[in-house]
Amino acid sequence: MPATNLPRSAALAEADRLMTICNACRYCEGLCAVFPAMEMRRTFADSDLNYLANLCHQCGACYSDCQYSPPHEFNVNVPAALATLRNDSYAQYAWPRILAPAFARNGLFIALTAAASVAAFIVGFVAWRDPAVLFARHAGDFYKVMPHNAMVVLFGAVFVYAIAALTLSLRAFWRDINGESDLRAAGEATADAARLTYLGGGGGGCTSENERPSTQRRVFHHFTFYGFLLCFASTSVATIYHYAFGWHAPYALTSLPVLLGIAGGLGLLVGPAGLFMLAQQRDVVLTDVPRRGMDTAFLAMLFLTSLTGFALMAFRDTGAMGILLALHLGVVLALFLSLPYGKFVHGLYRYLALVKYAREKRTATFVD
Amino acid sequence: MLFSETYDVVVAGGGNAALCAAISAARAGRSVIVLEGAPAFYRGGNTRHTRNMRCAHDGTAPTMTGPYDQAEFLDDLYRVTGGETDKALAQLTIERSRELIPWMNKAGVKFQPPLGGTLSLGKTNAFFLGGGRGMLNALYRQAEALGVVCLSDAPVTALSIEDGFFTSATIQYEGLPHQVRGRTFVAAAGGFEANIDWLKQHWGEAADNFLIRGTPYNRGDVLKMLLAHGVKPVGDPTQMHCVGIDARAPKFDGGIATRLDSVVFGIMVNRAAQRFYDEGEETWPKRYAIWGRLIAQQPDQIGYSIVDSKSIYMFMPSIFPAVQADTIGELAGKLKLDAAALEKTVADFNAAVRPGTFDHTVLDDCRTEGLAIPKSHWARKIDAPPYYAYPLRPGITFTYLGVRVNEESRMVLANGKTSGNMFAAGEIMAGNVLGKGYLAGIGMTIGAVFGRIAGEGAAKNARN
Repeated sequence: MPATNLPRSAALAEADRLMTICNACRYCEGLCAVFPAMEMRRTFADSDLNYLANLCHQCGACYSDCQYSPPHEFNVNVPAALATLRNDSYAQYAWPRILAPAFARNGLFIALTAAASVAAFIVGFVAWRDPAVLFARHAGDFYKVMPHNAMVVLFGAVFVYAIAALTLSLRAFWRDINGESDLRAAGEATADAARLTYLGGGGGGCTSENERPSTQRRVFHHFTFYGFLLCFASTSVATIYHYAFGWHAPYALTSLPVLLGIAGGLGLLVGPAGLFMLAQQRDVVLTDVPRRGMDTAFLAMLFLTSLTGFALMAFRDTGAMGILLALHLGVVLALFLSLPYGKFVHGLYRYLALVKYAREKRTATFVD
Repeated sequence: MLFSETYDVVVAGGGNAALCAAISAARAGRSVIVLEGAPAFYRGGNTRHTRNMRCAHDGTAPTMTGPYDQAEFLDDLYRVTGGETDKALAQLTIERSRELIPWMNKAGVKFQPPLGGTLSLGKTNAFFLGGGRGMLNALYRQAEALGVVCLSDAPVTALSIEDGFFTSATIQYEGLPHQVRGRTFVAAAGGFEANIDWLKQHWGEAADNFLIRGTPYNRGDVLKMLLAHGVKPVGDPTQMHCVGIDARAPKFDGGIATRLDSVVFGIMVNRAAQRFYDEGEETWPKRYAIWGRLIAQQPDQIGYSIVDSKSIYMFMPSIFPAVQADTIGELAGKLKLDAAALEKTVADFNAAVRPGTFDHTVLDDCRTEGLAIPKSHWARKIDAPPYYAYPLRPGITFTYLGVRVNEESRMVLANGKTSGNMFAAGEIMAGNVLGKGYLAGIGMTIGAVFGRIAGEGAAKNARN
């Protein structure tokens, strides 16, 4: 029992109840990392449960394989209980704490951030320059509408803030779960994250959409994740071009930044669309129903980032460029602003949980 | 239409044996219907509570430490049954067990290496990824992909059998009775462990205090019908496999999570706070299996396993917390036992404990001396508070009574003839091979081996 006088949240109490049942059963130990990690413990402190919740990839295999899932009176539903606790944990560790409620009504938070951010760019362009600039043709030269330095300062500041907020949130989690730095474990966790080792029910695939195991979710997640990385690479290369070589945008269609951007952008269209489609098919019993909006909002932001990016590329030589630029930059700014307060954080928390698991697997022993 | 067709093979039951039979018959091109009596979630009888299958193998199976040769398997089987097995069928089971892992893989079943707590079975038993329900789901997917009609919530209420020849089964389905006609019949509908009234015939009112580890649907209805239609019985009708489980478990379907392995670490007392059997007699898994029967013979069919803080973390707990107290007297109060009697039992036990080197993984030299009921191994004084107790009741896993079959898995009639078109597989005929005792994972082996034989035999039979 944890040495605390505070009443536990319902999500923690339920996760504890389930882990106690699962630890006496252990039939799911081959499915993913959660159950072996559970077997290294006999009792479950809050931090243990937060760790296990973030190890879970919510593939659903343990639900369809469970002899105790509803309507059984033990009512074991690990994917839903851990999804709820995981979402709670994002709020619990969020920095600053005042923004923790963003996780509770995440769809609304993201929508307002995006709308405000797009509007700010439109107003900004008009106020900064003049309304004519917004609708004029600039032959693809974005800097006529917003100077390069202004873009760098704005996005740089937001990016630095996002990194700082994420770092502080993750540090709180890492300390709470007694994480220890371990290079070998970090390497293993990187491989597990890159391959999504545990999003596959131990080999059969996800059963979160129906009882037929499928690898679709992993495939669409790969599109999304690697699409995101390629877009990030595109921006990084462009930054190097700009400062190291003095090669300024707009870049040719066959240039590295544009090719990386196109490939990444396609990933961010296909991946989020596929994940959204699968989420519609998913049995809601496996999810944290009140906070499903968090997933949708993040998928929408990634999809819109890519869509507005492509629109901008397609129409950059027309009079629509100004508005499209405002739209694209607005979406990207909102995406950056909301990184620490939305679904994006799942990958980082899960990565740290995987690092801890990789170390534990080597150093700890199963309890029986 | 579902019930206008005459199926080549009608399978009663929906667990491992039933599906192995259905898949085998469907692969031979036969039309097959599976009639599972339980609702969809509870389908599969005891299969849903299993997690592994005992297989002879040459050591190359990727998830097993091996090898486990046929002779060793046979020795194990003879040892636990004390020879109460049909030798030809036992040999057949073991010989064909070698084919099971590849067969299961082909059917979509996945295996995993054992991790915590079950490493001792890594050589002999292949573990299903996700346990028995995961395995069962894979078999159902395979059967349905092959065109097998799988009904759940469709209990068989009557069988039309003449001179050992099956013509149809009556089922209750969606509120109405239906006739399901078939050219052959495979009975794979399990034993009667959940049928309290039937258990009472041999155990009297004590059966009211038994807990049933599987679903309430294992009522033995098909078994009873077959015996009434003149099929020859096999196995002791009074016997059941019965382990000590947490008394707080639900009446039905508590499964694996309610088992307790605390007994050897302390003492076991009855309602009168008296010890009643040597807690240190044997090593796992037998020590786990004998206590159900022992408790069933105690007043009110209840026992209390008592350990102290030295041992509380040495065994896998059940899902219910231990009853905890700082003194033996207080513990007795919480268990509603006579405090003075329990204190005396513990004091007598402690006084009888001889010094030794404790090692629960072997038959160690920690034992008592001078007690009427000794503790032969792992005897340590119960003197380190807090003290802990778990209440235990008999948990019934399966029954031994079944129908006699031959090497074709074909039912044998009471008059000695074999049935023209009826086969049996799984727990309903396991008594042919396992007449007594228990060997981890053997039930699934018997189910899969005879399920396949029955399915192939029925397919051939239906063509003639």
